[in-house]
Amino acid sequence: MDPMEPLIQADKLRKEYAGALALESLSLSVEEGEIVGLLGPNGAGKTTAIHIFLGLLSPTSGQARVFGRDPLISRHELAKKMNFSSAYAQLPSNLKVSENMTIFAKLYHVPDAKKKIRSLLELFEITHLRDRVTGALSSGEKTRLNLAKSLLNDPKLLLLDEPTASLDPEMADTVRGILRTIQKETRVGILYTSHNMPEVEEICNRIYFIHEGRLIAQGTPQDVLRSFESRTLDQVFIKIVRSGDLVSRNP
Amino acid sequence: MTACLERLQAMMLRYLYLHRRSLPRTLEILFWPVMELLVWGFVSVYIRSLSPTTLTHIILVLINAMIFWDILYRGQQAVSIAIVEDIWTQNIVNILVSPLKIWEWLLATFLYGLLKITLITTILSLIAYALYQFNLIDSLGFYLLPLVFNLLLFGWAMGVFTSALIIRWGHSAEALVWGVPYLLQPLSAIYYPLSVLPEWMQWISRCLPSTYVFEGMRRVTETKTLPAEYFWIALGLNAVYFILGGLFFSAMYRSARRSGRLGRLGMD
Repeated sequence: MDPMEPLIQADKLRKEYAGALALESLSLSVEEGEIVGLLGPNGAGKTTAIHIFLGLLSPTSGQARVFGRDPLISRHELAKKMNFSSAYAQLPSNLKVSENMTIFAKLYHVPDAKKKIRSLLELFEITHLRDRVTGALSSGEKTRLNLAKSLLNDPKLLLLDEPTASLDPEMADTVRGILRTIQKETRVGILYTSHNMPEVEEICNRIYFIHEGRLIAQGTPQDVLRSFESRTLDQVFIKIVRSGDLVSRNP
Repeated sequence: MTACLERLQAMMLRYLYLHRRSLPRTLEILFWPVMELLVWGFVSVYIRSLSPTTLTHIILVLINAMIFWDILYRGQQAVSIAIVEDIWTQNIVNILVSPLKIWEWLLATFLYGLLKITLITTILSLIAYALYQFNLIDSLGFYLLPLVFNLLLFGWAMGVFTSALIIRWGHSAEALVWGVPYLLQPLSAIYYPLSVLPEWMQWISRCLPSTYVFEGMRRVTETKTLPAEYFWIALGLNAVYFILGGLFFSAMYRSARRSGRLGRLGMD
């Protein structure tokens, strides 16, 4: 991979499901060391885009490159350098926390796995849960476990689908702090979906706003606020969803 | 009274609506009774054809057949249930985005199946010996190995096929994980010889490796020898089914990736 090449580069991605349009000409990029927010209402196409970058979904047209390679062809190689956490994907509920972490450490071929697992459980404040069955954890604890799993292989790229959806405000703040620290220390690139607009404003370097599969706005949170003449991203979100056929505003 | 009827109607609708969206669930109502009728019907035809002197011999064959059927069934189940379990626990996407290759995943389920089958066969053999003085090793000798080897291969090939159905159709195909082996049960001539089946069914049976294993098992029980062609035909058919199963899995995986089903497995 060219060191100057973005971690993710999507050009005119289009995805149709049985006649229904999920994504229309989405172009975006994620560079090393930045947190990029992918925002939009339910059904906007955020998860569709993430699944394309993960190699779980083939686009109808357009091109997705991850680390300069096609995720459909190079899924195995790319998977070693990236990781994923979603509010909608869980670790097996019938296994203990430590067992789940051990399994994924082996899948990602993590060197000195015991030490890595210990440090991640400490980082997310779930060390005391290591012998607890995962199904018995609260939704917030499960989210933290999923995030711990997603950092096992020291990824260069993290895809996080609503990672703080089940967390209380205090823990969500802690998790954002952890992600920022990791971003600074490791220069990991993060693609981040969330419905929590204040969180996005706080954590994301750049954002892409999509609605009904179309890119409506992009830029830094401040750029987007200016172009929509709004004071908060919540207001932008509501404007976009309520105004239907908006013309794209890309500063 | 009217309210009570309406509540009854509500609950009936709750069960019936499920059938509207799942053909396997509807077919299942008839599937199991028909399969059982076929198997035990052919067993009774076979037993009626036996002379009183050979009747004691049939007990030995039936116990062997029961243990062998379990090996075939557990082999298939180990592969498919492992995948279904990751769907149930919503873990499948985590697995699919990890560096695990698909063939590594399937091989792991084969090895897990091998462990389970070794344990089950040992325990069943010990129980059969303790309760019925039936010795599996004594009755089949060295031939136990090639027979079980072919059964395992066919169980795994079936497992790959049923797993492909799950990858493509998710929860709605789960009934097939249990149903497909039972669909092949009457055709595999497990508890009765191939000759008991009607002519047209025999043609289908001859396309299944399991038929040659069960025919071979009966031959070994009777004559203490296994015709070599039984082993080689079963092995050849297994190779064909493995290749077809692999191609089918690959096609279903690509189809699920196109339709978006792959990323939604376990989430519907």
